[in-house]
Amino acid sequence: MKAAISIGLRTVGWFCLGSAVSLLGGCGNDSPANAREASPAPAANPKIIKIVSSLPRTGSANAQTTTLVNGIKMAIDEVGGKVGEFTIVYEDWDDASPQRGNWDPAVETANANKAVSDPDVMAYIGTYNSGAAKMSMPILNRANLVMVSPANTAVELTKPGLGEAHEPMAYRPSGKVNYVRVVPADDIQGSVAADWAKELGVKRAFVLHDREVYGKGIAEIFRRRAKEAGVEIVGFEGIDAKAPNYRSLVTKIKEQNPELVYFGGTTQSNAGQVAKDLVSGGLNVKFMVPDGCFENAFIDGAGAANVNERAFITFGGVPPEKLTGKGAEFYENYKSTYGSEPEGYAVYGYEAAKVALAGITKAGKKDREAIRQAIVSIKDFDGALGKWSFDENGDTTLKTMSGNTVKNGKFAFVKVLGQ
Amino acid sequence: MSTTEVLLQQLITGLSNGMIIALIALGYTMVYGIIELINFAHGDLFMLGGFLALTIVGMLGLDATTGNATTFVAVGGLVAISAIFCGSLNWTIDRLAYKPLRRAPKLAPLVSAIGVSFVLMNIGLFWGGLPMDVFSDGVAAAAPKDFPALASNKNLLGEASDIRFTVKELMVLVITVPLMIGLTMYVKYTRTGKAMRAVAQNPIAAQLMGIDVNRVIGTTFIIGGALGGAASVIYSLYNNTIHFQMGYRAGMDAFTAAVLGGIGSLPGAMLGGLLIGLVRAMSDQYIEARWTNAVVFTILILILIFRPSGLLGARLREKV
Repeated sequence: MKAAISIGLRTVGWFCLGSAVSLLGGCGNDSPANAREASPAPAANPKIIKIVSSLPRTGSANAQTTTLVNGIKMAIDEVGGKVGEFTIVYEDWDDASPQRGNWDPAVETANANKAVSDPDVMAYIGTYNSGAAKMSMPILNRANLVMVSPANTAVELTKPGLGEAHEPMAYRPSGKVNYVRVVPADDIQGSVAADWAKELGVKRAFVLHDREVYGKGIAEIFRRRAKEAGVEIVGFEGIDAKAPNYRSLVTKIKEQNPELVYFGGTTQSNAGQVAKDLVSGGLNVKFMVPDGCFENAFIDGAGAANVNERAFITFGGVPPEKLTGKGAEFYENYKSTYGSEPEGYAVYGYEAAKVALAGITKAGKKDREAIRQAIVSIKDFDGALGKWSFDENGDTTLKTMSGNTVKNGKFAFVKVLGQ
Repeated sequence: MSTTEVLLQQLITGLSNGMIIALIALGYTMVYGIIELINFAHGDLFMLGGFLALTIVGMLGLDATTGNATTFVAVGGLVAISAIFCGSLNWTIDRLAYKPLRRAPKLAPLVSAIGVSFVLMNIGLFWGGLPMDVFSDGVAAAAPKDFPALASNKNLLGEASDIRFTVKELMVLVITVPLMIGLTMYVKYTRTGKAMRAVAQNPIAAQLMGIDVNRVIGTTFIIGGALGGAASVIYSLYNNTIHFQMGYRAGMDAFTAAVLGGIGSLPGAMLGGLLIGLVRAMSDQYIEARWTNAVVFTILILILIFRPSGLLGARLREKV
């Protein structure tokens, strides 16, 4: 009996202590004084401006994103990491997860929230994948945080009337434009590709896509434009990007007897395997792909023999070694800094960082809204890609693309398209 | 191409893909049969076999231009080396990651297997970044790697024929079928095979009869892994691409095949693999490529609803 009572008391004692602790904890978290103290803490130094990038660093896009990050770093190093009185700190964030081996919606969303809640972050460079941009755009938009994409090309991110009815306003809940891109969108690339196909004498084309925002979007534009140009589209299909091979699909394509197969997709969505299986299926056709395949990994993965003189690659802007003026300087600097050839996207990373820096310079203060305004209103920007402006949707006015093929296992520039 | 030719071509493609899936599925079904563990690391083990094969190919400097006789010997060698490598690796994994959990609840070794799968995948990622010519000097570790076309694209029915039955398809047939027959004979007629069947039926009774259960389990892991290793070489020669994540998809297909055929049953895994290969090809041709995964899994669900133990699972009492 005694024992029971004492145990009961002890339990009560623990309970009291427990609730006291939780009350204290609750108090500490909820008090306005504490909250005010806690939130400005990361912004200890008003002289620091953070630029962050959110790109898929884990998985197979790594080669392209490494070159992008190198470009960003170069731009920041060129100004000595300082703009006026501010020290620029750059952070390289990953929006991929090992499970997916590719960008992950959860990680990209977390990155955007992290950027918004860090008061030092003044510019967000990213994303690589258009699908990922859809996750972070509304979050950043609500915080007036400017987003500069070096690689998104999906049309519906910015252009009204080309995507779903709610696009692109769904990505701009505040009604203001906070998203800009330095790379021409797919409506330009897809139609330029279709025109080029026509020019190459193609009469029948089979269109494949990887069912992703980028790949499907560009494939649809290719199809629409090709029809207008008088090229017959004999098939339009989404592939399974993780399939070990496409033999059965190639048989189906063969039945239609096309002269060109267009694949809206990237190296990561198995463009190399498609190229390979067209050859092993005994199909002697031209194979055209967009800029998501404009990287050496595409040739390496496909095997040079399968793409030599057979693959045609469109790319927004001219290849790194064909850049002129500031672009040529960038190319030389990149090679001497990193000791390797820049991949196709490097110059876009560089240009995106330049845009962010220019915005900070123009705004002259550490204020997200001022920097956003400074960036979206950029006109006649004299950059590594040439002289260009942002239009009212945040798109670049650049329209030139290059047509490339593969010769002896290397990309070979054929001509400038879309002039 | 006429409709019949298209159908024949899809049969050839479907069966070739199916045989590779079946070979991997055997590894799942054997391990499940004996310790009721779904070895999720099996697909990634298979992937490492492909990386080993490509490394050897790179070191020997083999490519599509290598002479027929050399290639023939090399392919045989690759299959053997990969099989030995994957077999011993699978045995080691069992010792390190599964054996200590033999008496733990079923979920523990399953989680352990998922963990091993990630470890192996990362080893593959690291391997692909080695500074070798075949890995494009390690520039893009994660990118797909081209596997030289040692088995050529030469059409054995003559280049004029619309139907293609190439050296690659022949290679799949010539390596896979004897392996499957060999395995069936081994399990049916050898002492160890008998012991395996005994352990699968009742491990405690088998132990009471004097069978060293752990040794039998070890042997099962070696054989299952070796089949995965052989499959990796066939896969690499057939598709000519390897990738550090290929094990996930290959494993998924094979696991589905094993369940479809009745997990634990050897003929079931073979049948399941062939069926999945065929259904994939037919769906790509007659439905649409984007529906293929849905079709495969719908069939799997239907079969599991009406025959919960898979196609051959219930009828065959002997599972290994």
